[in-house]
Amino acid sequence: MTRHIKLFIASFLFLLSGFQPAIAQLNIDITQGNLDPVPIAIPDFLSADMQGRDIGAKIAEVVRADLERSGIFKSLSPSSFLETQTNIDYKPTFADWRVIKAEALVSGRVVVEDPSRIRVEYRLWDITAGEQLSGIRFGTAPNQWRRIAHKVSDSIYKKLTGEEGYFDSRIVFVDEQGPKTNRRKRLAIMDQDSANTQYLQSGADIVLTPRFSPNSQTITYMSYENIVPQVYVLDIETGRRELLGNFPGMTFSPRFSPDGKSMILSLMKKGNSDLYLMDLTSRSTSRLTTSPSIDVSGSFSPEGQKIVFNSDRGGSPQLYVMSARGGDAKRISFGKGRYSAPVWSPRGDKIAFVRSKDGKFAIGVMNSDGSGERILTESYLDESPTWSPNGRVVIFSRETRGARGKSELWSVDLTGQNLRKVLTPGGASDPAWSPLLP
Amino acid sequence: MRVKLILLVSAVSVLAACKTTPEPVVQDPVAVNQPVPIPAPVEQAAPVQIVEAPTPIPYAGPIAGSLEDFLYNSGGNGDGRVFFAYNQYDLSNDSRDVLRRQAQWLQSYQNVTAVVEGNADERGTREYNLALAARRADSVKSFLVSQGVAPSRLTTVSYGKERPIDGGSNEASWAKNRNSLTNLMSGSIG
Repeated sequence: MTRHIKLFIASFLFLLSGFQPAIAQLNIDITQGNLDPVPIAIPDFLSADMQGRDIGAKIAEVVRADLERSGIFKSLSPSSFLETQTNIDYKPTFADWRVIKAEALVSGRVVVEDPSRIRVEYRLWDITAGEQLSGIRFGTAPNQWRRIAHKVSDSIYKKLTGEEGYFDSRIVFVDEQGPKTNRRKRLAIMDQDSANTQYLQSGADIVLTPRFSPNSQTITYMSYENIVPQVYVLDIETGRRELLGNFPGMTFSPRFSPDGKSMILSLMKKGNSDLYLMDLTSRSTSRLTTSPSIDVSGSFSPEGQKIVFNSDRGGSPQLYVMSARGGDAKRISFGKGRYSAPVWSPRGDKIAFVRSKDGKFAIGVMNSDGSGERILTESYLDESPTWSPNGRVVIFSRETRGARGKSELWSVDLTGQNLRKVLTPGGASDPAWSPLLP
Repeated sequence: MRVKLILLVSAVSVLAACKTTPEPVVQDPVAVNQPVPIPAPVEQAAPVQIVEAPTPIPYAGPIAGSLEDFLYNSGGNGDGRVFFAYNQYDLSNDSRDVLRRQAQWLQSYQNVTAVVEGNADERGTREYNLALAARRADSVKSFLVSQGVAPSRLTTVSYGKERPIDGGSNEASWAKNRNSLTNLMSGSIG
């Protein structure tokens, strides 16, 4: 059904732009598991000068890596290419690309307009149908070429799958150094493809659970810089940092609301943790849970109406959903084992979680009503799931056993396919994925 | 285009081959003096001095009111910790004995304050374990208060699973890491 709608919209757009609707247009259905990756050819972007050629080669490399990592595409080796285009404004020789089994071709160009500005253009060709699918132009400063490369990847991904991409985004995480018994932790941020790692702190105090605000510029996290650990807010660009609120006990497990105007967190009072909502403008707080149990890890639904959280009110840790104003909570996890760390998908239909059972910790997803539970990956200790901006990929942390055990980041598709290690300079935990950057 | 490129590459190779090879440079050997032996040292080594060993001072136990004194007198493992079962926060009889002695000691040194630090083993997710370890610290604080220690002298902190004392991933290691530490702060001696 959705596929029909998608095709209809595609045809409509093509009629508008003067093209005939394609009979066999390249359209990838990524909702199915075990998908055969689509072979795509991405030659280095052309340019009339040295600087442009250098940037063009780097952009193509980033786009190839982005699409390959998605598991949906197979980036063909440039050494297999038969045709060398000299001008992207002419049609490629489709037969040459069919020979090497390419189904799509991206031909791009970099124009250095002046020392402070480049123009990046690309055309996406459907090799089977022999027609252009899209042609897009970006303008930017030369040192922003990496962002443009990710935007090119996002726009190709969207054109071919019908869904928003996730490549022009960042990941905040906790960098870890040293053995388990003396581990130093500091906040770090990097691009989605592990490039441009920056440390946001010196690492003098333990910091945990960083999360992005919807504007991608602010993060919230928990720090032990005072005796009683508390939740802080940090502006990434200015470095301005603020202790959030004036609570009598430990505050932890913070998360922004989808509109960025409020924050949910847990407050510890006399051994009992409850969920509180704080309005970030007025700084007024309201208590959302009152049970004498552990209530932690609140996460909003994308429209902001509901909250999923972790509670042991029924005797063991399970997942519950309630209104964002508090009140009655409904248990949604009923499988065997203990459930925790729920995170609502940005698409709204799924909730990612951690399930521990028989001495192992698994990352799973379920529908927001608790039905359709599926385990994506399992190990000695998988935890801290976070969603890609389009809700198709989950990044999580995996700690290995023993005194020499180390925490690393991994990613897996919603389908359970495409498990990959996410490169980080040292150990890493508590990843949080930003929304798509503006 | 492909053909042109090959031609260009060939041209460069030909040019490279045309360059004349430089003559090898032969260096004359540098004259080196024959080594002359250095005479052995003539001075004699100083005689070894004999020093009387100091008489050991008999150990009189830890200084009263010190952290060492606290640990020495509160029993248990002697490290100020009490331990918990998996995912539990109730105190065993052994733990209560240790905490009674801790309370007694704290009552003798009224100016001492303490931070009660709750800990969990690694087999739980981070935020849940912060809450669980906070419960453990609170169990200990409540018990110490029930034994007469003023609540204002005790601060609780949860370290969740962030401060394991044993890095292993087995029953013995996990058991050690599920604990609450009574950590003396201001007012203690030494």
